[in-house]
Amino acid sequence: MTSEHIAQTEGPGAYPQAAPLELRNVRKQYPGATRPAIEDLSLTVPAGEICVLVGPSGCGKTTAMRLVNRMIDLTSGDILLDGQSVLKRKGSELRREIGYAIQQVGLFPHHTIAQNVATVPRLLGWDRGRIDRRVSELLQLVSLPPEVADRYPAQLSGGQRQRVGVARALAADPPLMLMDEPFGAVDPITRARLQDELLRLQRRVRKTIVFVTHDIDEAIKLGDRIAILRDGGVLAQYATPDELLAAPADDFVAEFVGADRGLKRLALTRVGDVELLPVAGATIAASVGLDTSLRDALSLLLSDGSRPLAVSDGNGVVAGLLSLELISQAMRRR
Amino acid sequence: MSQAPVIPDFGRGSTCERENGTFCLDWVGKHWHDKLGPALLQHLLLTGIALGVGFAIAFMLALAAHRRGWLATPVVLATGLLYTIPSLALFQLLVPLTGLSRVTAEIALVSYTLLILFRNVLTGLAGVPAEVRDAANGMGLTARQLLWRVELPLALPAIVAGLRIATVTVISLATVAAFVVNEGLGVPILEGLQLTFNTEMIAAGALAVALALAADGLLVLLQRALTPWTRKGVSA
Repeated sequence: MTSEHIAQTEGPGAYPQAAPLELRNVRKQYPGATRPAIEDLSLTVPAGEICVLVGPSGCGKTTAMRLVNRMIDLTSGDILLDGQSVLKRKGSELRREIGYAIQQVGLFPHHTIAQNVATVPRLLGWDRGRIDRRVSELLQLVSLPPEVADRYPAQLSGGQRQRVGVARALAADPPLMLMDEPFGAVDPITRARLQDELLRLQRRVRKTIVFVTHDIDEAIKLGDRIAILRDGGVLAQYATPDELLAAPADDFVAEFVGADRGLKRLALTRVGDVELLPVAGATIAASVGLDTSLRDALSLLLSDGSRPLAVSDGNGVVAGLLSLELISQAMRRR
Repeated sequence: MSQAPVIPDFGRGSTCERENGTFCLDWVGKHWHDKLGPALLQHLLLTGIALGVGFAIAFMLALAAHRRGWLATPVVLATGLLYTIPSLALFQLLVPLTGLSRVTAEIALVSYTLLILFRNVLTGLAGVPAEVRDAANGMGLTARQLLWRVELPLALPAIVAGLRIATVTVISLATVAAFVVNEGLGVPILEGLQLTFNTEMIAAGALAVALALAADGLLVLLQRALTPWTRKGVSA
């Protein structure tokens, strides 16, 4: 096994890989409530993808997430994890197979970091050596120094605690992770770093992730697919970030993604995704790389008098030129 | 002609005793084995049983009330009522039922621990942060695992705080048990009250105070050992 797959090596066995998730006509009505929290929600998340549930507060996104691991029981409909109905499972056993991370983290204050991370493996009865190996592997995976293992949660910073929360959710190598605004309580800089780390982590561990947030920018950054919910858990649109920004289904979605959706969409596209103009004696302005987003490239272009930008291929060789016209074309694509 | 002396021989008391000093240390040494030592041991036993039984009852009640919230108010009312009955009156009420026995003394002592212990255990359990409970649920802990692995450990500081108050209260109250049973440090205190000689009462009283302080100190040490996460530098 290469280190690329290290986080998948200690799985409980039943799910060596990420599992697809399907919500079928899910309805949740709380007793005594006049309107259902979720009327009729159907949604499929392919294995190994991040599905972000986003919407205004009270739209039922957290309820929808908690129906999946049966923290809340649905009124009607069905939820299938890897093709099996979660309704047939014992709640506590099901939850041990689904990673769970929340905004307030909820680390056990009386357990050390190592003990916190080991919570689910201990419930599953792993032997000590396996747990110890897994804990140090996970701390490394979430970029925490090994010496935090013996500290208590109160001795860590907010960002470190969030990382421990993610490590703990990953501990038993679950095929599905539920994350409810896991980065909502940290400062913007730490949040951006944690988001980047989650994406890096996801490239390595490839989980199916249901991620709840009210922040559309976070949704666009993290989601392979975004489900925009409106009041009553109604699915306003379920699409990739690019589709969502290019073609909002209705006014509600358009308003929710914001008037700057064009720019947000540019931020998703890399210079390297565009067919560049051949280099033919054009005036060379500030140089950008193939990895630069079109949004940043546009900003440079505008501040530099709109002359085409020379694009570097990373080895110092000019790969081509990027003009305002090309960016505009990229926007009209699809 | 030898007649019995008019003034009886009081034995070979020390100067301090003969002069009825306020506190005679040599009396304490002389009567450690026949009076004070046994009384101290009986006192320990009286308190220990009362605390053990009281904690068991209060703990069960608190666990029940933790599950079913509506139980808390009636239990607090009932134990609060017990707590307010003056101890001598409670003995008076119990003697016709259980006689002048150790059982009578223990029933009274136990009834005074219940309110404090029940309230502290319940408060400790209720003080567990909601997000900790949510995370525990979300990771698949059963209700029982949540209770024993998370809620009770986190409630320990409150539980030990209750135990400390209950212990000190019972050690002090157990002296009154001498009215119904011939045991404990209350016996030499009562005896001393009927004499002009004060040493016996003072020595027994001081032993009760020392016992209370020692027990309290032990509980503090116990809590420190059991709750390493609450130490200075840990709770930032």
